[in-house]
Amino acid sequence: MTITLTHYLIVAAALFTIGVFGIFVNRKNVIIILMSIELVLLAVNINLVAFSAFLQNIQGQIFAMLVLTVAAAEAAVGLAILVTYFRNRGGIAVEDINQMRG
Amino acid sequence: MLAAIAFYVLSAVTIASALAVISVRNPVHAVLFLILAFFNAAGLFVLLGAEFLAMLLVVVYVGAVAVLFLFVVMMLDVDFVELRQGFLSYLPAGALVAAALLAELALVASAATSADGAPIALAPAAQAGVTNAEAIGRVLYSDYLLVFQLAGLVLLVAMIGAIVLTLRHRPGVRKQNIAAQVGRKRSEGVELKDIRPGQGLG
Repeated sequence: MTITLTHYLIVAAALFTIGVFGIFVNRKNVIIILMSIELVLLAVNINLVAFSAFLQNIQGQIFAMLVLTVAAAEAAVGLAILVTYFRNRGGIAVEDINQMRG
Repeated sequence: MLAAIAFYVLSAVTIASALAVISVRNPVHAVLFLILAFFNAAGLFVLLGAEFLAMLLVVVYVGAVAVLFLFVVMMLDVDFVELRQGFLSYLPAGALVAAALLAELALVASAATSADGAPIALAPAAQAGVTNAEAIGRVLYSDYLLVFQLAGLVLLVAMIGAIVLTLRHRPGVRKQNIAAQVGRKRSEGVELKDIRPGQGLG
């Protein structure tokens, strides 16, 4: 019973789906949405590392590292925006965020 | 055989904790489940022979990002019960999209990897004598040097952005101004008065 690339891809697909599902069902809670985005990026990382390992090409791991960097930066800026928003409005309900009428 | 068992255990716990992240009521518990998911993903990376990225995942995500989430969740005084309302009303649409997405992704994954009939077997360990970290370093600091520097720049910009966003100067707060203290002159602080004896300051 060997573990093939398909196994890893399916695990990553499940994680990705859970992340997207989390964004859908937690429409009001920005913190959970940010965590769901982290899950999606983790699924992408698993895909990259799995392909890197099975194709014996180290470049996939380099890209996974870059994804990690961007994910960390995104989390930091997202949470900073959240803190500022909470300070100005006294709450973090996503539905109230319509000041810019975007 | 042991590797297969480890894979199934790690991936099962990863997926279960990911499900817990999006469904538990308490956001602090959600962050803790996120940490568990990242730990198990790091275990999967170790199984794949990517030890360096596994350690990076633990250090960066568990050590920094998850703690940042924990700080924000604990410091903001948010009524999370109110935020959970509507969970069930969004459930059918979300489940539909998720099911379609999962089916497509699984289809692509199984079709792409078995196109030639033979599934790709687990590759042998890295080249003899070269550890995973060394292999990454050889490529990262030569072919991808520019990208590496750009990644550092992205982090710098994110850091500055986060500081600028959260820094605030509250009016009315009295702070020590060391430059003003040190730059004080005698002429500004001392005033000499000529007082005649027996009259006092009038």
